[in-house]
Amino acid sequence: MIRKNILFYFTLGVSVIFIFQLIRLQLFNSEYSERSLSNATLERTIYPPRGLIYDRNGKLWVSNKPVYDLMVVPENLKVFDTLELIQNLKISKKELTEKIRNAKQFSKKLPSVIERQLSLSEISIFQEKMWKFPGFYFQKKTTRDYLLPIGGNVLGYTSETNKRELKMKPDYDLGEMIGRQGIEKTYEKILRGKKGIKIFQKDRFNRIIGPYEYGNYDTTPEAAENLTLTLDSDLQNYGESLMQNKRGGIVAIEPETGEVLALVTAPSYNPNILIGRNRSKSFNKLVNDTISKPLFDRSLQAEYSPGSPFKLLNALIGLQEKVITPETVFSCDKGHYYAKGAFMKCHNGIGTKSNLVKGIYKSCNSYFAKTFVRIIESQSTPDMGIDLWKTHLLRFGLGNYLGYDLPVGKPGFIPDSNYYNTWYPEKNWSSTTVISNAIGQGEILTTPIQMANFTAAIANRGFYRKPHFKKSADSKMNDSLYPINRTLIDSEHFETVIEAMHQVVERGTARIAKINGLKICGKTGTVENFIRLNNEKTQLTDHSIFIAFAPKEKPKIAIAVFIENGYWGARWAAPIASLIIEKYLKKEVKRKWLEKKIVEGSLIAEYEKPFLGKPFNINE
Amino acid sequence: MNKIFLLRLDWISILIFLILVSFGISNIYSATFSEFSISIFNMQNLAGKQFWIFIICLIILPFILFVNASFFEHLSSVFYIISLISLIGLLFFGQKISGATSWYSVGGFTIQPSEFAKITTALLISTKLSSIQTDIKKVKDILKLFGIVLIPMCLIILQSDAGSALVFLGIVFALFREGLDIRFLYFSILSLIIFVLTLLLKPLLLSLILILTFIIMYRYIIGKYPKTNKSPFLIILFASIFFSFSVDFIFNSIFEQRHRDRFNVILGLEVDSKGIGYNINQSKIAIGSGGFIGKGFLNGTQTKGGFVPEQHTDYIFSTVGEEWGFIGSSSLIILYVFLIIRILSRGEKHTQPFPRIFSYSFVGMLFIHFFINIGMTLGLLPTVGIPLPYISYGGTNLLAFSLMFFIYLNLDANRLN
Repeated sequence: MIRKNILFYFTLGVSVIFIFQLIRLQLFNSEYSERSLSNATLERTIYPPRGLIYDRNGKLWVSNKPVYDLMVVPENLKVFDTLELIQNLKISKKELTEKIRNAKQFSKKLPSVIERQLSLSEISIFQEKMWKFPGFYFQKKTTRDYLLPIGGNVLGYTSETNKRELKMKPDYDLGEMIGRQGIEKTYEKILRGKKGIKIFQKDRFNRIIGPYEYGNYDTTPEAAENLTLTLDSDLQNYGESLMQNKRGGIVAIEPETGEVLALVTAPSYNPNILIGRNRSKSFNKLVNDTISKPLFDRSLQAEYSPGSPFKLLNALIGLQEKVITPETVFSCDKGHYYAKGAFMKCHNGIGTKSNLVKGIYKSCNSYFAKTFVRIIESQSTPDMGIDLWKTHLLRFGLGNYLGYDLPVGKPGFIPDSNYYNTWYPEKNWSSTTVISNAIGQGEILTTPIQMANFTAAIANRGFYRKPHFKKSADSKMNDSLYPINRTLIDSEHFETVIEAMHQVVERGTARIAKINGLKICGKTGTVENFIRLNNEKTQLTDHSIFIAFAPKEKPKIAIAVFIENGYWGARWAAPIASLIIEKYLKKEVKRKWLEKKIVEGSLIAEYEKPFLGKPFNINE
Repeated sequence: MNKIFLLRLDWISILIFLILVSFGISNIYSATFSEFSISIFNMQNLAGKQFWIFIICLIILPFILFVNASFFEHLSSVFYIISLISLIGLLFFGQKISGATSWYSVGGFTIQPSEFAKITTALLISTKLSSIQTDIKKVKDILKLFGIVLIPMCLIILQSDAGSALVFLGIVFALFREGLDIRFLYFSILSLIIFVLTLLLKPLLLSLILILTFIIMYRYIIGKYPKTNKSPFLIILFASIFFSFSVDFIFNSIFEQRHRDRFNVILGLEVDSKGIGYNINQSKIAIGSGGFIGKGFLNGTQTKGGFVPEQHTDYIFSTVGEEWGFIGSSSLIILYVFLIIRILSRGEKHTQPFPRIFSYSFVGMLFIHFFINIGMTLGLLPTVGIPLPYISYGGTNLLAFSLMFFIYLNLDANRLN
C-alpha cells in the first residue's frame, strides 16, 4: 500500500540522491579540493636579504637597509588630518586621494601601497603619530644601502620586477628585487639566495589566522652569498675624485691575476640615488642625459682609437716577425713621405734618427709607420700581411669581447684583409693605404679596458688573464685563477719595449708621471677625434691617453686612462695614471700640488664648445 | 512496572539520538573553533551552550517519559493556542535576527516559538485526526485539518521566516498516511514540476510543451481505452498553463530579488561564485575538499577560515563533509535515515491512531528538515535557512526536537498499555 510508505520511499529516495551527490563532490571531483586550498591558504614568500658586497680588502661596500612602504587598509580608514599626512609625505592631496581610491577599488580589506620605500628618517616623524591615521601602517622591506657612494658603474643597480618581465622569469614574484646592471646582474644568482615559502591559513577576509598544517609545507629560505670584489674601494674612490668634471675612463688591473683594481667612468653617479622613493625620478634623469651619458660606462663601452700606445704593439709584432730589431734605426724629418705625395707628420725635428727605444719614448710617427709597412710587406701579399698582424692583436685581447663578468662591453675593432677588400673592391690597397693603423689611428677601435688589458699583457711579458671583478664568494673562498692567455710574442722582445716605456717616463713624453723611487713604464697617446655636428665631420680637441704599469719588475698595477678631449697624453691622462699608481703602491700621495691641480681641473668648457652653436677652436 | 517500561523503551533510537547530538556538538565546536577557544563547558562557547541545552533536555527526559500519554492528547488544544499566542506576540515583541523576527529575547537567551509550534501543531493534528468525529475524506474536515497547519505557517511567514513555515508541510505526510486523497500528492508533484520548468523555460514555451505532451498522452490513452472522457485532460492542461503563468507572474512581480536569486543559482541560470551563490559554492568547496576520509577534526581549512557563512547553524553539514569526509557525511545520512525509518515502522505498529499520527507528524517534519537542510548544503536546493535537527547549533530547535523525540519514546513505550 503506497500511502503507508510514501514517507519511507521519500526518505530512501532523498538519501540516495544525497549520497550520490556526496560521491560526486567528494570522490570524483578534485576541483573542490584545489579550490579549497586556493581559497583557504595564503603563500607568503620569504626573501633572504641580498648578499653583501665587499671590496678586495674586506671593506663592506654594499649592504641592505630597511625601507618602509606606507600601506593602507581602506576598511580601517577613519577621518584623519589629510594636510598633516601630505605635508609629512611630501605628496599632493590629489595624489593621495587618488591612491586611496585605487586602494579601495582593489580591496577594502587587503592592504595597498600608498607610498613606496620611505627611509627610516622619513617615517620617524610619523612613528609617534600613527594613532592619528587609523588604517595606515608601515611595512618593512629591505633595499640596497651603498656604504661607499662610489662604483655605481661596476655595482649596477637593483629594482623591483614588473609585470611584463614576469613571463620571462617565472621564479620571480612581482615587486621582487632583481639585479639590473653590473655586478648585481651578473651575480644575481649568488646575491639573491633562495627564497622560502611560508603557507598561512587564512579566513574568508583573507586575514591570516595562523600557519597552515603547523608549517610542515613551508620551505625555508637559503641565505644569499656575500661577494668579495677585486676592486680596491680606496683606489676606486680616488679615481672617481680625480675624474671630476672630466669625461673618460680609468681601468686599473693587477697584471698577474687579471683582477680589476679600479674601473672608473666619468661622469658617474652616486649609487644611493637609485634607491628609495625617488629612484625612478633619478633614474630617468640619468637616462635622459644624452650628452654626458652617465649610465654609459666609458671604461667598458667607449670605443676609441688607441693612439700612440698602440705603437708598442706594432713594435712587438715587428720584433717578433723579425722585420726590425732593437737596433733598427729610422730617420724622421718632422714626418715622412710614406707614399708619393702622402706625408705623415711627426713632432720630432728634422734629421732625428731613432732606434726602437728612442722611437718609443719620442713617440716617433715615422718610425712606426715604417715598421708597420715592413710588417705588412713581410708577407707575399698585403692580405696575408694584415691578417698576420691581426692574429697577433687578437691574442692581446683586442677586436673582440674580453668576456669579463660585467654585463656591458664592446668588442672594439681590428681590421683585416676582408674589411679592406670590401672597402677597396679592386684590391688596390697596400700597406701605405692603411698606414694610420701604425700609430693607433685609422680603423682600429679599442675600449679602455682592452687597453689596460694589453698593458697588463706587456707588463706580464707576454700573457694576460681575463680581467674580472669577482674575487670570491662565500661558497668558494677563492676563485681558481683564470687561465693564462699567451700572446704570440716571445718574452725577450718585451724587455726592449718595457725599457722604452720606462724611458717614456724617465725622459720621454710622460716625465710628469715620474714618481721618485718607483720605476714606472708608460706610454702617452694623443688621439684625433671627430663628431658629426650639423651633418659635418667636425674635429674636436684630441683625447688624452696614457697607459702604464709599475713597478717595472714584478708589476703590481697596469692602468689605462682615457680623458676625452684632454688634448695631449701628458696633460691629463699621464698625471692621473701616475697619481693612481702612487696611491696604490705608496698608499699615500705626496704630490699634493699635482693632485689638487687634477681634482680641480675641469674640461666642462671644452665639452660645451660644440653645443654652444658658435665656431670654436680646438687643441688650445 | 518501571523495569518493564524501561525495557520497552526504544533504546536503539535513543542511542542514535545520543550519537547525533554529541556529533553535532563536536561539529559546532569545530565550526566555531579559533585559537582563542575557551572550554567547551563555558557558556560563552557556542558548543558549550549547545552542550548545556542538551543536559537540560536530558533532565527533562524522565518527566516526559513518565507523563501519562493522554496528558498530551487532552491538553493539545491548550498548547496549540498558547503557541499561537506566542507567535502573534512575536509580531510585537519579537527580536530580529538575520532578517527574521522569530525570536524572543529573555535575559540573554533567545527563544524561537516557531520551534515549539511544531510540537503543538503535531499534537493538535494527532488529537483531531484521531477523533472519531473527523473524516479525512470529507472536504470540511480536510479544510479544518489544513487550517490547523496553515495558521501557524502563516504567522511564521509573517515573521519572514518562510523556511521554518515550510517545515509544517511535513505534517501532511501524516494526513496521507491517514487516508488523504493521494491525488493531492500527484497534484503537488505536478505543480512542483511545472514551477521549476516555468523558471527554466518561460511559461509560453512550457505551455506549448504541455499541450504537446497532453495530446500525445490523450492519443495514447484513447487508443487503449476508447471511452475515456477528455474533459479531465483539458481541465488539468488549462490549470497547468494557468499555474505556469501565475508562477511566472508571482516570481517576477511579487518575489523580491533575493528570493529570485536563490532559485536562479540552484537552477543554474546564474553563475556567480562571489555573490548570491557564494554560500552554496563555499559549502560545496568545503564538502568536496573533504574527500573520502576528510581532513580530520578541527583541521578543516574552509571551516577554520570561516568561508561558509552560518556554518555552525544551517551549514553545519559542510563541516561534517570537510572534516569527516565521505565516510562521516554518508554515515550521518544513513543514521538519520535509519532513525526516520525506525520511528516510522514503530509508529506503524500502534493500534491507536493518536501515537501513530504523532509519530508520523514528527518524522515528517524531521524529514523536511533533513531534506531541505542537506539538500541546500549539497547545492541541490535553494538556500532555505533551516537547521539540521540534533546537529545544528540552536537551543530551541534542539529542545523542541528532543521533546518531540521524548514524546515519541513515551508513546512508543506505552504502546501495549
